[in-house]
Amino acid sequence: MSLHKNFISRHYDKTVMKRFVLSMSVIVSFGFYVIWQKPGSLAGSLTTPAPVAVASTPKKVSKPKQVATVPPVPAPATNNPSPQPPPVIPPAPKKTGIYNDGEYVGSVADAYYGNVQVKAIITNGKLSDVLFLDYPQDRNNSIRINSRALPILRQEAITAQSANVDGVSGASTTSPAFSESLAYALNQARA
Amino acid sequence: MKEQRIIMGMPVVIEIVDSSASTEIFEEIFSYLISVDERFSTYKKDSEITLYNEGKIAEENLSDEMKKVFRLSEETKKITGNYFDISYQGKIDPSGLVKGWAIYNSALILRKKGFKNFYVEIAGDIEVAGLNKEGKKWAIGIRNPFNKKENVKVVYLSDRGIATSGLYERGEHIYNPKEKKSVTEIASLTVIGKNIYEADRFATACFAMGKKGIYFLEKMPGLEGYMIDNDKIATFTTGFEEYAI
Repeated sequence: MSLHKNFISRHYDKTVMKRFVLSMSVIVSFGFYVIWQKPGSLAGSLTTPAPVAVASTPKKVSKPKQVATVPPVPAPATNNPSPQPPPVIPPAPKKTGIYNDGEYVGSVADAYYGNVQVKAIITNGKLSDVLFLDYPQDRNNSIRINSRALPILRQEAITAQSANVDGVSGASTTSPAFSESLAYALNQARA
Repeated sequence: MKEQRIIMGMPVVIEIVDSSASTEIFEEIFSYLISVDERFSTYKKDSEITLYNEGKIAEENLSDEMKKVFRLSEETKKITGNYFDISYQGKIDPSGLVKGWAIYNSALILRKKGFKNFYVEIAGDIEVAGLNKEGKKWAIGIRNPFNKKENVKVVYLSDRGIATSGLYERGEHIYNPKEKKSVTEIASLTVIGKNIYEADRFATACFAMGKKGIYFLEKMPGLEGYMIDNDKIATFTTGFEEYAI
């Protein structure tokens, strides 16, 4: 009786083991496939170790998170069978203008609705691009807006108006958090 | 009379149509706004908010003004389902509320002095009362978020506040590297309310909601909104058009 039980249990263990090995290999190869398919996403994975995490749970197809919530520190290598993307090394600085060429990450500046962090890209000594590494687009909230019950609102293409006005409403020139992060990045780039 | 100053690093415009306007009343408003900046600026090392954030002032020793702003922020947070939050990583930054509140209080000072027709603006957020110098409703343009020299809409207001939220002036080259598209879903959101305090706090909170923000405004009584998305399409609440005629 106990022998039989033992056999069943060993047989069961083997089956589980087989299944485990099989599914792991599927998961790992899927992971490799994703990384191979999207070489351009390596820059993105500097800020979010998301591609690996998504690949290892293929059955739970969750919407990819849009916001990087972590500063761009290299992902920890523990517990992770998949290869880590190589760190992005900025090109060697070249002095041609006010700034040294390269990519400079700004400070994490605190906008009251979340963090803002930018990366300044300097080409030929000039600021050529600003990328957002961290930007508060969404957060946990209790607001319930049922998309099926949304009212239909009117829309129009915007067109220039020539009417005289007493004043103009518009967003402030820059958000202080954006300026702060960019200033920090540019300070590092200074030649 | 119309005067302009730079306070809090932002342009402040005050226009009083009533003939009783004098230099003193302008000075009173400007010094009030300077005092607000000194108390609430998180960029000033010795402001009350900075000292509080550094643990150098206990909560019970805060000024009544600061306590009031904390209370108002807490209330706004509740109404907006946490989209409006002045606390982040243990620090408090009420700047999303203070600008509108300061304009609102400036208008209150003017009303108490008996002025009925005026315009108060700090960097694109405006409260108007009564009529302009031509005896008409105040004509306020909504700035094109893609071209700051252009207005894309004109609204006619009396005894209302109007505020616009956007992250910053967008350049064509600024985008979200992960999504390969512009950094936000929407370029700007303009809100009209019964006063600037209402308009400003909901412009701030609803902008953070992305495209959902305009639907939130549609549900809120007394608030109208005009949202411009990155495809240069405007979506507006049902009551908005009454202001545009």
